[in-house]
Amino acid sequence: MSLDLATTRRIAKLARIGLDDQEIETVRAQMGGILGWIEILNEVDVEGVPPMVGTSQTTALPQRQDAVTDGDRQNDVLANAPDREGPFFTVPKVVE
Amino acid sequence: MTYTLEGATGTWEIVVGLEVHAQVISQSKLFSGASTLFGGEPNTQVSLIDAGFPGMLPVINHECVAQAIRTGLGLKAHINLESRFDRKNYFYADLPQGYQISQFTHPIVGSGVVEIELSDGSTRQIGVTRLHLEQDAGKLLHDQDPKRSFVDLNRAGVALMEIVSEPDIRSPEEAGAYLRKMRQILRYLGTCDGNMDEGSMRADVNVSVRKAGEPFRTRCEIKNVNSIRFVTQAIEIEAMRQIEVWESGGSVDQETRLFDPARGETRSLRSKEDAHDYRYFPDPDLLPLVVEQAWVDELKAHLPELPDDKRARFQTEYGITAYDSGVLVAEQAMADFYESVAKGRDGKMTAAWMTGDFFAALNRTGKAIEESPVGADKLGGMLDLITDGTINGKIAKEVLETMFETGEAPLEIVERKGLRQVTDTGAIEAAADEIIAANQDKVEQYLGGKDKLFGFFVGQVMKATQGKANPAIVNDILKKKIHG
Repeated sequence: MSLDLATTRRIAKLARIGLDDQEIETVRAQMGGILGWIEILNEVDVEGVPPMVGTSQTTALPQRQDAVTDGDRQNDVLANAPDREGPFFTVPKVVE
Repeated sequence: MTYTLEGATGTWEIVVGLEVHAQVISQSKLFSGASTLFGGEPNTQVSLIDAGFPGMLPVINHECVAQAIRTGLGLKAHINLESRFDRKNYFYADLPQGYQISQFTHPIVGSGVVEIELSDGSTRQIGVTRLHLEQDAGKLLHDQDPKRSFVDLNRAGVALMEIVSEPDIRSPEEAGAYLRKMRQILRYLGTCDGNMDEGSMRADVNVSVRKAGEPFRTRCEIKNVNSIRFVTQAIEIEAMRQIEVWESGGSVDQETRLFDPARGETRSLRSKEDAHDYRYFPDPDLLPLVVEQAWVDELKAHLPELPDDKRARFQTEYGITAYDSGVLVAEQAMADFYESVAKGRDGKMTAAWMTGDFFAALNRTGKAIEESPVGADKLGGMLDLITDGTINGKIAKEVLETMFETGEAPLEIVERKGLRQVTDTGAIEAAADEIIAANQDKVEQYLGGKDKLFGFFVGQVMKATQGKANPAIVNDILKKKIHG
Protein backbone atom coordinates (compact mmCIF):
# COMPACT_ATOMS: atom_id res chain seq x y z
CA MET A 1 0.00 0.00 0.00
CA SER A 2 1.32 3.41 -0.83
CA LEU A 3 0.94 6.26 1.62
CA ASP A 4 0.31 9.74 0.24
CA LEU A 5 2.41 12.72 1.22
CA ALA A 6 -0.37 14.60 3.00
CA THR A 7 -1.15 11.65 5.28
CA THR A 8 2.55 11.22 6.05
CA ARG A 9 2.84 14.91 6.99
CA ARG A 10 -0.22 14.64 9.18
CA ILE A 11 1.12 11.60 11.01
CA ALA A 12 4.43 13.38 11.55
CA LYS A 13 2.65 16.41 12.89
CA LEU A 14 0.48 14.38 15.27
CA ALA A 15 3.64 12.65 16.52
CA ARG A 16 5.36 16.04 16.90
CA ILE A 17 8.20 14.99 14.62
CA GLY A 18 9.62 17.70 12.36
CA LEU A 19 10.68 16.43 8.92
CA ASP A 20 11.91 18.36 5.87
CA ASP A 21 10.65 17.57 2.37
CA GLN A 22 13.35 15.03 1.64
CA GLU A 23 12.90 13.25 4.97
CA ILE A 24 9.14 13.16 4.49
CA GLU A 25 9.61 11.36 1.18
CA THR A 26 11.96 8.81 2.80
CA VAL A 27 9.55 8.19 5.68
CA ARG A 28 6.61 7.96 3.29
CA ALA A 29 8.33 5.22 1.31
CA GLN A 30 9.38 3.33 4.44
CA MET A 31 5.99 3.47 6.09
CA GLY A 32 4.32 2.44 2.85
CA GLY A 33 6.55 -0.61 2.86
CA ILE A 34 5.65 -1.47 6.45
CA LEU A 35 1.94 -1.12 5.72
CA GLY A 36 2.29 -3.27 2.63
CA TRP A 37 3.99 -5.94 4.64
CA ILE A 38 1.31 -5.88 7.35
CA GLU A 39 -1.39 -6.13 4.70
CA ILE A 40 -0.28 -9.71 4.11
CA LEU A 41 -2.32 -10.44 7.24
CA ASN A 42 -5.46 -9.62 5.29
CA GLU A 43 -4.97 -12.88 3.42
CA VAL A 44 -5.73 -14.86 6.58
CA ASP A 45 -9.36 -15.92 6.87
CA VAL A 46 -10.54 -14.76 10.31
CA GLU A 47 -14.24 -15.25 9.67
CA GLY A 48 -15.86 -16.14 13.01
CA VAL A 49 -12.62 -15.75 15.00
CA PRO A 50 -12.97 -13.28 17.90
CA PRO A 51 -10.42 -10.45 17.86
CA MET A 52 -7.26 -11.26 19.77
CA VAL A 53 -6.72 -8.84 22.61
CA GLY A 54 -3.47 -10.12 24.05
CA THR A 55 -0.93 -12.84 23.73
CA SER A 56 -2.13 -14.52 26.89
CA GLN A 57 -5.74 -15.61 26.52
CA THR A 58 -5.76 -17.46 29.81
CA THR A 59 -4.43 -14.88 32.24
CA ALA A 60 -6.83 -12.40 33.78
CA LEU A 61 -5.96 -8.72 34.20
CA PRO A 62 -4.02 -8.53 37.46
CA GLN A 63 -5.56 -6.18 40.01
CA ARG A 64 -4.09 -4.52 43.10
CA GLN A 65 -5.73 -3.61 46.40
CA ASP A 66 -6.51 0.03 47.00
CA ALA A 67 -3.60 1.15 49.17
CA VAL A 68 -1.07 3.96 48.99
CA THR A 69 2.22 2.23 48.27
CA ASP A 70 4.04 4.85 46.23
CA GLY A 71 4.73 8.58 46.11
CA ASP A 72 6.82 10.95 48.25
CA ARG A 73 9.61 10.76 45.70
CA GLN A 74 9.57 14.23 44.26
CA ASN A 75 13.29 14.18 43.47
CA ASP A 76 13.07 10.92 41.56
CA VAL A 77 10.08 12.16 39.63
CA LEU A 78 11.76 15.45 38.77
CA ALA A 79 15.23 13.94 38.21
CA ASN A 80 15.05 14.21 34.42
CA ALA A 81 13.17 17.51 34.26
CA PRO A 82 15.20 19.78 31.93
CA ASP A 83 13.93 22.96 33.53
CA ARG A 84 12.81 22.20 37.07
CA GLU A 85 11.48 25.05 39.18
CA GLY A 86 11.25 24.11 42.85
CA PRO A 87 8.71 21.32 43.13
CA PHE A 88 7.51 21.75 39.51
CA PHE A 89 8.29 20.63 36.00
CA THR A 90 8.11 23.62 33.69
CA VAL A 91 7.24 23.82 30.01
CA PRO A 92 7.08 26.73 27.57
CA LYS A 93 3.87 28.58 28.35
CA VAL A 94 0.76 26.79 27.09
CA VAL A 95 -2.30 28.97 27.39
CA GLU A 96 -5.62 28.12 25.88
CA MET B 1 -43.01 23.14 29.19
CA THR B 2 -40.85 23.39 26.10
CA TYR B 3 -37.87 25.68 26.30
CA THR B 4 -37.18 27.63 23.12
CA LEU B 5 -35.09 30.55 21.99
CA GLU B 6 -36.31 33.21 19.59
CA GLY B 7 -34.11 34.03 16.62
CA ALA B 8 -34.68 36.40 13.74
CA THR B 9 -36.07 33.58 11.59
CA GLY B 10 -38.25 31.97 14.20
CA THR B 11 -38.19 29.65 17.16
CA TRP B 12 -35.28 27.32 17.98
CA GLU B 13 -34.98 24.32 20.25
CA ILE B 14 -31.76 23.36 21.96
CA VAL B 15 -30.28 19.88 22.22
CA VAL B 16 -27.80 19.17 24.99
CA GLY B 17 -25.77 16.16 26.05
CA LEU B 18 -23.47 16.18 29.05
CA GLU B 19 -20.23 14.35 29.76
CA VAL B 20 -19.61 14.31 33.48
CA HIS B 21 -16.08 13.62 34.69
CA ALA B 22 -16.34 12.32 38.22
CA GLN B 23 -13.21 11.66 40.25
CA VAL B 24 -13.47 8.24 41.87
CA ILE B 25 -13.18 8.09 45.65
CA SER B 26 -10.23 5.79 46.32
CA GLN B 27 -7.04 5.87 48.38
CA SER B 28 -4.69 5.37 45.48
CA LYS B 29 -4.69 6.04 41.75
CA LEU B 30 -6.22 3.97 38.96
CA PHE B 31 -2.98 2.37 37.80
CA SER B 32 -0.44 3.31 40.49
CA GLY B 33 -0.07 3.21 44.27
CA ALA B 34 0.33 6.99 44.65
CA SER B 35 -2.14 8.85 46.87
CA THR B 36 -5.20 10.65 45.51
CA LEU B 37 -5.41 13.24 48.32
CA PHE B 38 -6.27 16.74 47.16
CA GLY B 39 -3.96 19.65 47.91
CA GLY B 40 -0.65 17.87 48.55
CA GLU B 41 2.78 19.42 48.02
CA PRO B 42 3.35 19.53 44.22
CA ASN B 43 4.64 16.32 42.62
CA THR B 44 4.77 14.36 45.89
CA GLN B 45 1.83 12.08 45.04
CA VAL B 46 3.36 10.83 41.87
CA SER B 47 4.75 7.44 41.02
CA LEU B 48 7.08 6.77 38.10
CA ILE B 49 4.06 5.29 36.32
CA ASP B 50 2.10 8.54 36.64
CA ALA B 51 5.13 10.52 35.45
CA GLY B 52 5.33 8.39 32.30
CA PHE B 53 8.77 6.93 32.91
CA PRO B 54 9.76 4.36 30.30
CA GLY B 55 9.19 0.73 31.16
CA MET B 56 6.73 1.32 33.99
CA LEU B 57 3.64 -0.90 33.85
CA PRO B 58 0.13 0.00 35.01
CA VAL B 59 -1.71 -2.31 37.44
CA ILE B 60 -5.39 -1.61 37.93
CA ASN B 61 -6.89 -0.67 41.30
CA HIS B 62 -9.62 -3.19 42.27
CA GLU B 63 -11.56 -0.63 44.29
CA CYS B 64 -11.78 1.79 41.35
CA VAL B 65 -13.38 -1.01 39.32
CA ALA B 66 -15.84 -1.63 42.18
CA GLN B 67 -16.67 2.08 42.36
CA ALA B 68 -17.40 2.22 38.62
CA ILE B 69 -19.69 -0.81 38.91
CA ARG B 70 -21.49 0.67 41.95
CA THR B 71 -22.05 3.86 40.00
CA GLY B 72 -23.34 1.91 37.01
CA LEU B 73 -25.77 0.06 39.26
CA GLY B 74 -26.88 3.35 40.81
CA LEU B 75 -27.64 4.63 37.30
CA LYS B 76 -29.68 1.47 36.63
CA ALA B 77 -27.23 0.69 33.88
CA HIS B 78 -25.98 -2.45 32.20
CA ILE B 79 -22.64 -3.68 33.60
CA ASN B 80 -20.31 -5.07 30.96
CA LEU B 81 -18.59 -8.09 32.45
CA GLU B 82 -15.79 -7.65 29.95
CA SER B 83 -14.37 -4.25 29.16
CA ARG B 84 -11.10 -2.99 27.71
CA PHE B 85 -8.60 -0.18 28.00
CA ASP B 86 -7.41 1.91 25.09
CA ARG B 87 -4.82 4.59 24.65
CA LYS B 88 -6.14 8.00 23.67
CA ASN B 89 -3.17 9.74 22.11
CA TYR B 90 -2.52 13.47 22.33
CA PHE B 91 0.30 15.75 23.35
CA TYR B 92 -0.27 18.15 26.15
CA ALA B 93 1.94 19.23 29.03
CA ASP B 94 -0.42 17.83 31.66
CA LEU B 95 -0.20 14.32 30.18
CA PRO B 96 3.30 12.92 30.66
CA GLN B 97 2.64 9.57 28.97
CA GLY B 98 1.54 11.22 25.72
CA TYR B 99 -1.68 9.22 25.98
CA GLN B 100 -4.53 8.81 28.41
CA ILE B 101 -5.54 5.29 29.35
CA SER B 102 -9.28 5.25 28.77
CA GLN B 103 -12.02 2.90 27.60
CA PHE B 104 -13.16 3.62 24.07
CA THR B 105 -14.81 0.70 22.34
CA HIS B 106 -15.66 -1.43 25.38
CA PRO B 107 -16.66 0.63 28.44
CA ILE B 108 -17.30 -1.03 31.79
CA VAL B 109 -20.86 0.35 32.01
CA GLY B 110 -23.45 0.55 29.25
CA SER B 111 -26.73 2.42 28.99
CA GLY B 112 -28.67 3.60 32.02
CA VAL B 113 -31.07 6.32 33.06
CA VAL B 114 -31.37 9.29 35.42
CA GLU B 115 -34.71 10.76 36.42
CA ILE B 116 -34.76 14.50 36.88
CA GLU B 117 -37.40 16.71 38.43
CA LEU B 118 -38.10 20.22 37.19
CA SER B 119 -39.34 23.28 39.03
CA ASP B 120 -42.92 22.77 37.79
CA GLY B 121 -42.93 19.35 39.47
CA SER B 122 -42.73 17.38 36.20
CA THR B 123 -40.16 14.62 35.78
CA ARG B 124 -38.09 13.47 32.79
CA GLN B 125 -35.92 10.48 32.09
CA ILE B 126 -32.47 11.37 30.76
CA GLY B 127 -30.63 8.50 29.13
CA VAL B 128 -27.07 7.63 30.10
CA THR B 129 -25.14 6.29 27.13
CA ARG B 130 -22.18 4.84 28.97
CA LEU B 131 -19.72 5.15 31.82
CA HIS B 132 -16.05 4.38 31.46
CA LEU B 133 -12.92 4.50 33.57
CA GLU B 134 -9.98 6.67 32.61
CA GLN B 135 -7.01 8.54 34.04
CA ASP B 136 -7.16 12.15 35.11
CA ALA B 137 -4.47 14.53 33.83
CA GLY B 138 -2.04 16.66 35.83
CA LYS B 139 -2.50 20.31 36.63
CA LEU B 140 -0.90 23.27 34.85
CA LEU B 141 -0.22 26.57 36.59
CA HIS B 142 -0.03 29.42 34.11
CA ASP B 143 0.32 32.37 36.46
CA GLN B 144 3.64 31.60 38.14
CA ASP B 145 6.02 32.77 35.42
CA PRO B 146 5.72 35.01 32.34
CA LYS B 147 7.21 32.52 29.92
CA ARG B 148 6.60 29.11 31.43
CA SER B 149 3.74 26.94 32.66
CA PHE B 150 4.38 24.87 35.80
CA VAL B 151 3.34 21.23 35.92
CA ASP B 152 2.04 19.40 39.01
CA LEU B 153 1.32 15.72 38.40
CA ASN B 154 -0.38 14.95 41.74
CA ARG B 155 -3.71 14.54 39.99
CA ALA B 156 -2.24 12.67 37.00
CA GLY B 157 -3.52 9.10 37.02
CA VAL B 158 -6.31 9.54 39.55
CA ALA B 159 -9.31 7.47 38.42
CA LEU B 160 -12.11 9.28 36.66
CA MET B 161 -15.49 8.03 35.61
CA GLU B 162 -16.65 9.66 32.43
CA ILE B 163 -20.43 9.48 32.39
CA VAL B 164 -21.94 10.35 29.01
CA SER B 165 -25.59 11.30 28.67
CA GLU B 166 -27.79 10.89 25.61
CA PRO B 167 -28.63 14.16 23.84
CA ASP B 168 -31.94 14.13 25.75
CA ILE B 169 -31.59 17.44 27.54
CA ARG B 170 -33.71 20.29 26.13
CA SER B 171 -33.15 23.27 28.41
CA PRO B 172 -30.57 24.85 30.71
CA GLU B 173 -32.83 23.98 33.64
CA GLU B 174 -32.83 20.31 32.67
CA ALA B 175 -29.05 20.36 32.41
CA GLY B 176 -28.82 21.81 35.91
CA ALA B 177 -31.30 19.28 37.27
CA TYR B 178 -29.38 16.44 35.63
CA LEU B 179 -26.09 17.54 37.15
CA ARG B 180 -27.59 17.99 40.60
CA LYS B 181 -29.18 14.57 40.41
CA MET B 182 -25.96 12.98 39.18
CA ARG B 183 -24.04 14.62 41.99
CA GLN B 184 -26.60 13.42 44.53
CA ILE B 185 -26.46 9.84 43.26
CA LEU B 186 -22.64 9.81 43.27
CA ARG B 187 -22.52 11.20 46.80
CA TYR B 188 -25.08 8.68 48.07
CA LEU B 189 -23.09 5.88 46.50
CA GLY B 190 -19.85 7.23 47.96
CA THR B 191 -18.15 6.88 44.58
CA CYS B 192 -17.38 10.60 44.02
CA ASP B 193 -17.56 13.52 46.44
CA GLY B 194 -19.16 15.69 43.73
CA ASN B 195 -17.08 18.69 44.78
CA MET B 196 -17.09 20.95 41.74
CA ASP B 197 -14.96 23.63 43.46
CA GLU B 198 -12.04 21.26 43.83
CA GLY B 199 -12.63 19.90 40.34
CA SER B 200 -13.59 16.40 41.44
CA MET B 201 -16.71 16.72 39.28
CA ARG B 202 -16.57 18.60 35.98
CA ALA B 203 -18.75 18.69 32.91
CA ASP B 204 -18.24 18.92 29.16
CA VAL B 205 -21.36 20.28 27.52
CA ASN B 206 -22.45 19.37 23.98
CA VAL B 207 -24.82 21.92 22.52
CA SER B 208 -26.67 22.19 19.22
CA VAL B 209 -29.79 24.01 18.07
CA ARG B 210 -32.56 23.11 15.63
CA LYS B 211 -35.95 24.15 14.41
CA ALA B 212 -38.85 22.07 15.75
CA GLY B 213 -39.12 18.66 14.07
CA GLU B 214 -35.64 18.79 12.48
CA PRO B 215 -32.97 16.14 12.93
CA PHE B 216 -29.90 17.13 14.99
CA ARG B 217 -27.63 19.84 13.60
CA THR B 218 -23.87 20.12 14.20
CA ARG B 219 -22.92 20.38 17.86
CA CYS B 220 -20.11 22.12 19.71
CA GLU B 221 -18.48 20.83 22.86
CA ILE B 222 -17.78 23.24 25.69
CA LYS B 223 -14.98 21.78 27.79
CA ASN B 224 -14.51 21.65 31.55
CA VAL B 225 -17.28 23.77 32.93
CA ASN B 226 -16.87 23.68 36.68
CA SER B 227 -20.14 24.78 38.23
CA ILE B 228 -23.80 24.03 37.63
CA ARG B 229 -24.56 27.72 37.22
CA PHE B 230 -21.85 28.07 34.56
CA VAL B 231 -23.23 25.03 32.71
CA THR B 232 -26.65 26.61 32.43
CA GLN B 233 -25.14 29.96 31.39
CA ALA B 234 -22.81 28.38 28.86
CA ILE B 235 -25.68 26.47 27.21
CA GLU B 236 -27.75 29.59 26.74
CA ILE B 237 -24.87 31.67 25.42
CA GLU B 238 -23.60 28.97 23.07
CA ALA B 239 -27.11 28.26 21.75
CA MET B 240 -27.61 31.95 20.96
CA ARG B 241 -24.24 32.07 19.21
CA GLN B 242 -25.16 29.08 17.03
CA ILE B 243 -28.56 30.55 16.17
CA GLU B 244 -26.83 33.73 15.00
CA VAL B 245 -24.39 31.70 12.88
CA TRP B 246 -27.18 29.71 11.21
CA GLU B 247 -29.40 32.74 10.70
CA SER B 248 -26.64 34.80 9.12
CA GLY B 249 -26.30 32.08 6.49
CA GLY B 250 -23.22 30.41 7.98
CA SER B 251 -22.85 26.93 9.40
CA VAL B 252 -21.72 25.77 12.81
CA ASP B 253 -18.41 23.90 12.82
CA GLN B 254 -18.05 20.90 15.07
CA GLU B 255 -15.36 22.06 17.49
CA THR B 256 -14.29 22.31 21.09
CA ARG B 257 -14.98 25.59 22.81
CA LEU B 258 -14.20 27.24 26.11
CA PHE B 259 -16.70 29.10 28.28
CA ASP B 260 -15.46 32.40 29.65
CA PRO B 261 -17.87 33.39 32.44
CA ALA B 262 -16.24 36.81 32.93
CA ARG B 263 -16.92 37.83 29.34
CA GLY B 264 -20.09 35.79 28.98
CA GLU B 265 -18.95 34.12 25.77
CA THR B 266 -17.64 30.85 24.38
CA ARG B 267 -14.44 30.72 22.32
CA SER B 268 -12.95 28.20 19.95
CA LEU B 269 -10.34 26.14 21.78
CA ARG B 270 -8.44 23.86 19.49
CA SER B 271 -7.62 24.14 15.82
CA LYS B 272 -9.97 22.00 13.78
CA GLU B 273 -7.43 19.99 11.86
CA ASP B 274 -6.10 18.26 14.98
CA ALA B 275 -9.38 17.96 16.79
CA HIS B 276 -10.52 14.49 17.83
CA ASP B 277 -7.71 12.63 16.09
CA TYR B 278 -6.81 10.60 19.13
CA ARG B 279 -5.74 7.47 17.25
CA TYR B 280 -7.22 5.17 19.89
CA PHE B 281 -5.76 1.71 20.05
CA PRO B 282 -5.97 -1.08 22.65
CA ASP B 283 -3.45 -0.56 25.43
CA PRO B 284 -0.98 -3.42 25.02
CA ASP B 285 -0.04 -3.18 28.73
CA LEU B 286 -3.52 -4.13 29.91
CA LEU B 287 -5.52 -7.28 29.36
CA PRO B 288 -9.30 -7.05 29.11
CA LEU B 289 -10.98 -6.37 32.44
CA VAL B 290 -13.19 -9.33 33.25
CA VAL B 291 -15.50 -9.25 36.26
CA GLU B 292 -17.73 -11.98 37.64
CA GLN B 293 -21.51 -11.57 37.72
CA ALA B 294 -21.39 -12.87 41.31
CA TRP B 295 -19.21 -9.94 42.33
CA VAL B 296 -21.52 -7.47 40.58
CA ASP B 297 -24.45 -9.04 42.46
CA GLU B 298 -22.59 -8.71 45.73
CA LEU B 299 -21.83 -5.03 45.06
CA LYS B 300 -25.48 -4.53 44.20
CA ALA B 301 -26.64 -6.17 47.42
CA HIS B 302 -24.54 -3.71 49.42
CA LEU B 303 -25.59 -0.54 47.61
CA PRO B 304 -27.01 2.13 49.90
CA GLU B 305 -30.61 3.20 49.44
CA LEU B 306 -30.66 5.70 46.56
CA PRO B 307 -32.28 9.14 46.76
CA ASP B 308 -35.36 8.30 44.63
CA ASP B 309 -36.11 5.19 46.68
CA LYS B 310 -35.51 6.98 49.94
CA ARG B 311 -37.77 9.81 48.90
CA ALA B 312 -40.61 7.44 48.03
CA ARG B 313 -40.14 5.55 51.30
CA PHE B 314 -40.20 8.75 53.39
CA GLN B 315 -43.53 9.66 51.81
CA THR B 316 -45.16 6.34 52.62
CA GLU B 317 -43.41 5.57 55.90
CA TYR B 318 -43.63 9.02 57.49
CA GLY B 319 -46.62 10.42 55.60
CA ILE B 320 -44.78 13.55 54.46
CA THR B 321 -45.23 15.44 51.18
CA ALA B 322 -43.21 14.75 48.03
CA TYR B 323 -41.75 18.23 48.37
CA ASP B 324 -40.58 17.89 51.98
CA SER B 325 -39.29 14.45 51.28
CA GLY B 326 -37.31 15.77 48.31
CA VAL B 327 -35.76 18.46 50.49
CA LEU B 328 -34.85 15.98 53.22
CA VAL B 329 -33.16 13.43 50.94
CA ALA B 330 -31.06 16.04 49.10
CA GLU B 331 -28.09 14.98 51.22
CA GLN B 332 -27.64 11.59 52.81
CA ALA B 333 -26.63 13.14 56.13
CA MET B 334 -29.81 15.20 56.18
CA ALA B 335 -31.96 12.17 55.45
CA ASP B 336 -30.22 10.19 58.20
CA PHE B 337 -30.75 13.04 60.64
CA TYR B 338 -34.43 13.20 59.74
CA GLU B 339 -34.89 9.50 60.23
CA SER B 340 -33.23 9.42 63.61
CA VAL B 341 -35.53 12.23 64.78
CA ALA B 342 -38.69 10.91 63.11
CA LYS B 343 -38.31 7.32 64.40
CA GLY B 344 -41.06 6.86 66.97
CA ARG B 345 -42.28 10.44 66.56
CA ASP B 346 -44.67 12.29 64.28
CA GLY B 347 -43.03 12.30 60.85
CA LYS B 348 -44.92 15.34 59.57
CA MET B 349 -44.16 17.37 62.64
CA THR B 350 -40.50 16.40 62.42
CA ALA B 351 -40.36 17.37 58.73
CA ALA B 352 -42.03 20.71 59.41
CA TRP B 353 -39.57 21.60 62.16
CA MET B 354 -36.54 20.38 60.26
CA THR B 355 -37.30 22.11 56.96
CA GLY B 356 -38.49 25.20 58.82
CA ASP B 357 -36.81 26.60 61.91
CA PHE B 358 -34.04 24.01 62.11
CA PHE B 359 -32.69 24.57 58.57
CA ALA B 360 -33.13 28.30 59.01
CA ALA B 361 -30.96 28.16 62.14
CA LEU B 362 -28.35 26.04 60.35
CA ASN B 363 -28.26 28.53 57.48
CA ARG B 364 -27.94 31.42 59.86
CA THR B 365 -24.97 29.83 61.60
CA GLY B 366 -23.48 28.73 58.26
CA LYS B 367 -23.17 25.14 59.45
CA ALA B 368 -23.58 21.89 57.54
CA ILE B 369 -25.90 19.36 59.11
CA GLU B 370 -22.93 17.22 60.16
CA GLU B 371 -21.68 20.10 62.32
CA SER B 372 -25.04 21.08 63.75
CA PRO B 373 -24.74 22.10 67.41
CA VAL B 374 -28.22 20.62 67.86
CA GLY B 375 -28.09 16.89 67.28
CA ALA B 376 -30.96 14.59 66.35
CA ASP B 377 -31.46 13.62 70.01
CA LYS B 378 -31.87 17.22 71.12
CA LEU B 379 -34.22 18.19 68.31
CA GLY B 380 -36.22 15.03 69.05
CA GLY B 381 -36.26 15.89 72.75
CA MET B 382 -37.66 19.30 71.93
CA LEU B 383 -40.41 17.78 69.79
CA ASP B 384 -41.27 15.48 72.68
CA LEU B 385 -41.70 18.49 74.94
CA ILE B 386 -44.22 19.93 72.46
CA THR B 387 -46.05 16.62 72.15
CA ASP B 388 -46.37 16.04 75.89
CA GLY B 389 -47.57 19.59 76.42
CA THR B 390 -44.55 20.85 78.38
CA ILE B 391 -44.09 23.73 75.94
CA ASN B 392 -46.14 25.17 73.11
CA GLY B 393 -44.97 25.68 69.52
CA LYS B 394 -44.15 29.33 70.01
CA ILE B 395 -41.93 28.68 73.00
CA ALA B 396 -40.33 25.76 71.13
CA LYS B 397 -38.91 28.22 68.60
CA GLU B 398 -37.22 30.04 71.45
CA VAL B 399 -35.93 26.77 72.91
CA LEU B 400 -34.51 25.76 69.52
CA GLU B 401 -32.67 29.05 69.13
CA THR B 402 -31.24 28.74 72.62
CA MET B 403 -30.11 25.18 71.87
CA PHE B 404 -28.21 26.51 68.84
CA GLU B 405 -26.54 29.14 71.01
CA THR B 406 -25.71 27.18 74.15
CA GLY B 407 -25.93 23.54 73.13
CA GLU B 408 -28.00 22.80 76.23
CA ALA B 409 -30.61 20.05 76.33
CA PRO B 410 -34.16 21.28 75.65
CA LEU B 411 -35.56 20.44 79.07
CA GLU B 412 -32.65 22.22 80.76
CA ILE B 413 -33.50 25.38 78.86
CA VAL B 414 -37.18 25.10 79.69
CA GLU B 415 -36.40 24.76 83.40
CA ARG B 416 -33.71 27.41 83.50
CA LYS B 417 -35.82 30.00 81.70
CA GLY B 418 -39.13 28.89 83.25
CA LEU B 419 -40.76 28.23 79.91
CA ARG B 420 -43.16 25.51 80.92
CA GLN B 421 -46.51 25.84 79.26
CA VAL B 422 -49.17 27.23 81.57
CA THR B 423 -52.02 24.77 81.62
CA ASP B 424 -53.23 25.98 84.97
CA THR B 425 -56.68 27.23 83.98
CA GLY B 426 -56.91 29.42 87.08
CA ALA B 427 -53.90 31.51 86.00
CA ILE B 428 -55.17 31.79 82.45
CA GLU B 429 -58.66 32.73 83.60
CA ALA B 430 -57.27 35.45 85.81
CA ALA B 431 -55.31 36.90 82.89
CA ALA B 432 -58.37 36.68 80.63
CA ASP B 433 -60.61 38.44 83.16
CA GLU B 434 -58.14 41.28 83.49
CA ILE B 435 -57.85 41.78 79.74
CA ILE B 436 -61.58 41.62 79.14
CA ALA B 437 -62.18 44.16 81.91
CA ALA B 438 -59.55 46.53 80.50
CA ASN B 439 -60.89 46.31 76.95
CA GLN B 440 -64.65 46.49 77.22
CA ASP B 441 -64.86 48.61 74.07
CA LYS B 442 -63.20 45.85 72.04
CA VAL B 443 -65.47 43.24 73.58
CA GLU B 444 -68.45 45.23 72.30
CA GLN B 445 -66.96 45.53 68.83
CA TYR B 446 -66.19 41.82 68.77
CA LEU B 447 -69.69 40.89 69.81
CA GLY B 448 -70.92 43.35 67.21
CA GLY B 449 -69.35 41.28 64.47
CA LYS B 450 -65.64 42.17 64.31
CA ASP B 451 -64.56 38.51 64.52
CA LYS B 452 -60.94 39.30 63.90
CA LEU B 453 -60.66 40.96 67.28
CA PHE B 454 -60.61 37.52 68.89
CA GLY B 455 -57.00 37.26 67.86
CA PHE B 456 -56.29 40.40 69.82
CA PHE B 457 -57.58 38.83 73.03
CA VAL B 458 -55.61 35.65 72.47
CA GLY B 459 -52.49 37.72 71.83
CA GLN B 460 -52.99 39.73 74.99
CA VAL B 461 -53.45 36.63 77.16
CA MET B 462 -50.37 35.04 75.62
CA LYS B 463 -48.44 38.22 76.30
CA ALA B 464 -49.63 38.28 79.91
CA THR B 465 -48.38 34.73 80.34
CA GLN B 466 -45.05 35.40 78.55
CA GLY B 467 -46.16 33.24 75.66
CA LYS B 468 -46.32 30.18 77.86
CA ALA B 469 -50.06 29.61 77.95
CA ASN B 470 -51.49 26.63 76.16
CA PRO B 471 -53.15 28.23 73.11
CA ALA B 472 -56.03 25.73 73.01
CA ILE B 473 -56.95 26.41 76.64
CA VAL B 474 -56.67 30.17 76.06
CA ASN B 475 -59.11 29.91 73.17
CA ASP B 476 -61.61 27.92 75.20
CA ILE B 477 -61.52 30.20 78.21
CA LEU B 478 -61.80 33.39 76.15
CA LYS B 479 -64.75 32.07 74.18
CA LYS B 480 -66.59 31.06 77.32
CA LYS B 481 -65.92 34.33 79.09
CA ILE B 482 -66.73 36.69 76.23
CA HIS B 483 -69.80 34.91 75.02
CA GLY B 484 -70.79 34.44 78.63
